[in-house]
Amino acid sequence: MSTNLIPTAEPIAKLIEEFSKLPGIGPKSAQRLTYYLLRASTNEVSALADAIRNLKERLTLCSSCLNITDSDPCAICRDEERDRTKICIVEEPIDIIPLERTKKYTGLYHVLHGVIAPTDGIGPDELKVKELLARLNDGLVTEIILANNPNLEGEATAMYLQRLIAPLGIRVTRLARGLPYGGDLEYADDVTISRALEGRQEI
Amino acid sequence: MTLPRVYQTEAIIIKRIKLGEADRILTLYTPELGKLKAVAKGTRRPQSKLGGHVELLTHSRLMLARGRNLDIITQAQTINNFLIIKDDLELISRGLYIAELVDAFTGERIEDRRLFDLVLDALKQLSQASDCELVLRYFELHLLDHLGYRPQLQRCTECNLPLKPETNFFSPNHGGVLCHNCGFHEPAARPISLNALKVLRLWQNCDYANARRVKISPELAVELEQVMRENIKYLLEKQLKSTAWLDKLKREIQQA
Repeated sequence: MSTNLIPTAEPIAKLIEEFSKLPGIGPKSAQRLTYYLLRASTNEVSALADAIRNLKERLTLCSSCLNITDSDPCAICRDEERDRTKICIVEEPIDIIPLERTKKYTGLYHVLHGVIAPTDGIGPDELKVKELLARLNDGLVTEIILANNPNLEGEATAMYLQRLIAPLGIRVTRLARGLPYGGDLEYADDVTISRALEGRQEI
Repeated sequence: MTLPRVYQTEAIIIKRIKLGEADRILTLYTPELGKLKAVAKGTRRPQSKLGGHVELLTHSRLMLARGRNLDIITQAQTINNFLIIKDDLELISRGLYIAELVDAFTGERIEDRRLFDLVLDALKQLSQASDCELVLRYFELHLLDHLGYRPQLQRCTECNLPLKPETNFFSPNHGGVLCHNCGFHEPAARPISLNALKVLRLWQNCDYANARRVKISPELAVELEQVMRENIKYLLEKQLKSTAWLDKLKREIQQA
């Protein structure tokens, strides 16, 4: 609004407008970022501009696991060291990051790009389920690990995939659902505690 | 009535959307305030203390603080988590259909304790019953009844004569059944079998226990579902989104 009242150079007004469209950035923050860039070196500014442009121009989906990548197939699918008998199913590309950080999983991934949400009209046909089934045709995969989010839609999606894949003779497992590390038992809900009891292990 | 700054209520969580980094906007159905939107902060983090207490299709006791725009949930404790529903894909899908139906038919902040009881009862029945389709039909009928859309099933809605025991017609825009003579000329009406009519009449006036005594053949179940679906579609002027998913599940079961 203030940009309309006070005459500001058009490129500045434009950048403020674009910044304020970003999540968590209000008009004041947008202004501050814009004036910061105005004072920054030309190199710094063009590095940022290039990074933003490359985000859309150089990225595609991996033709195998549908992760976001700058080379097809992606680095994980290309890696000869990884266990090709296991596929871990995740809802979004960003879910791969925490799994990779553990360094405990050496298999491949498959990104569904969403979750079954009947009340939003999203069913399996809107997700990358067909692509997953196509990957299972070669008989190489022996285990599917369902890493959907532990909430109602995530569980529904996991149950649906289990029903779809189990008849193919492939082992279908689900990430354990239970108490989070660093949390208090006192605050845990009944479903979580029920699952934790069901999945208890000898130590 | 002005609400205090902090208040408590029971609620069934019927819808939720993501907000910002880790928050959610929940749609609650409560006995005192009817439908209500509220913010649940941090619920997408694993360590959230609200977490599973505000999951969809959960009956919880909530503490809310009045916000400038939306109220904010500060504490939550599960009353009934409906775990049986959440462990079964078929039941989850039907539970979500009930939630979508309630959301579609209600406005915000209109007290309706009876409707709250109807919804709660439907979810309870869903987690006990072997016949989940019956629960949906029963809930649909009684929801319409309560909201003032009770279909007329005794007399012809056109000529007002008692219906003969034969195949009649059902017409959503007449709000009920047309007799054979009147319905014949009505292009929007669909035939309704005598059995379907009898079952709907019975369900309109009995409890779940008695409703369950009727034996429903697969063909009759399909007919009842279609009659109710057309009626609801006419009243809402839209098809509920979760019906497509229910249809897909049914198709896949038949194929397997």
